[in-house]
Amino acid sequence: MIQFNSMHVFYLLEAAKWTIALSLIAFIGGAMLGLALALARVSRFKILRLAAMGYIQVIQGTPLLIVLFLSYFGLSIVGYRLDSLVAAGLSLSLFSGAFLGEIWRGCIEAVPRPQWEASDCLGLNRLQQYVYVILPQAMRIAIPPTVGFMVEVVKNTSLASIIGFVELARAGQIVNNATFQPFLVFALVGVIYFAICYPLTVASRRLEKRFHVAR
Amino acid sequence: MSYHFDFSFLGQRWPAFAEGAWLTVQLTVVAIALGFALGTVCALARVYAHPLLRRLVAGYVEAIRNTPLLMQIFLVYFGIASLGLKLSADVSAVIALVVNMGAYTTEIMRAGIEAIPKTQVEGADVLGLSRLQVISHIVLLPAIERVYPALTGQSLLLMLASSVTSQISAEELTATAETVQSETYRSFEVYIVVALVYLALSLIYRVGFWAIGAALFVRRRRLGTLR
Repeated sequence: MIQFNSMHVFYLLEAAKWTIALSLIAFIGGAMLGLALALARVSRFKILRLAAMGYIQVIQGTPLLIVLFLSYFGLSIVGYRLDSLVAAGLSLSLFSGAFLGEIWRGCIEAVPRPQWEASDCLGLNRLQQYVYVILPQAMRIAIPPTVGFMVEVVKNTSLASIIGFVELARAGQIVNNATFQPFLVFALVGVIYFAICYPLTVASRRLEKRFHVAR
Repeated sequence: MSYHFDFSFLGQRWPAFAEGAWLTVQLTVVAIALGFALGTVCALARVYAHPLLRRLVAGYVEAIRNTPLLMQIFLVYFGIASLGLKLSADVSAVIALVVNMGAYTTEIMRAGIEAIPKTQVEGADVLGLSRLQVISHIVLLPAIERVYPALTGQSLLLMLASSVTSQISAEELTATAETVQSETYRSFEVYIVVALVYLALSLIYRVGFWAIGAALFVRRRRLGTLR
């Protein structure tokens, strides 16, 4: 048993970088999928709407941990070596995409109807309507909840520890195994997570307030 | 790539999945009920109590909402044990889930309580209702009615998140699945089955909450959310 010392703190902080990196991967992957899902959800084609809704319902009704296991074991079936970063990045993206898709659908639908009609009258086609009229406005509405959801993404990355990816939560377990001071170690890990998440929470809240004033 | 899906383990092992699902239901129903009670008390404190207590509740809510459930579970299970109080995995899981659910419920219920117009409370006061009557009939019930969809959503999220308690080997569905897959070596198929069971549970919970809501709130009027 080793005494808990400053070296362990540095180790945890080093691992926190991987938590942030994984969060970014998950967010970027989730954002791309989420945008596609949101657009599919408001599409003119019923088949697209149904497919997107089905995907979202399935993901939102399944625990992230199970999605993670399925990616992990599924990838190995397809023939990839079991790489925990790939599996974690994939499953977190699939998961975040479903939630972001649902959030952003709400934002697109929140853009007032006359904006569609007016841009129709101006002779814009569907793509132009989205790019020049609808999405810029929807984006403004979407920023506060999206920043808020980033907190969920950061917290969700802790599950990657379960398939052996060494990020903050896994590092905490490793340090705890060496020092056997669980209370201290996991409290400290919690504090580091808090330090990452809380600024996002505050930012989301402020943005929301500003948005409400601006309306 | 040639992979043959093999679900033949289901023939023998399906009772294990059914039992796992039942354990998850027990675990989460207890956690949701206690977490709701804790959250409601905290929400009342957050709105009505002494400023110091209000701050304390706010701190609790922020601490829980900005850290992962997995860390909360570890802190309860390993942390409390290291302080000399040995809790079983199941009890630790319930405690962590209750504390987690309580924090989210506090925020949801606070929004509901704050949405009750002040004049209604004043009106009830004038009619001579006791403090307790005002809180239960004028504040809490309408507040719950107003935020009921959010409570349903949060409860569903908690049910799904409870899968994480398998990591301290609490007895529930995911832990059952891990046992089955370690004995059958059909990991992918096992987790597909478990995903389907969770999906079914989500559906059952949603219907259950809808039924409770329909029985509890007979007025059936549309409530706008106040800003």
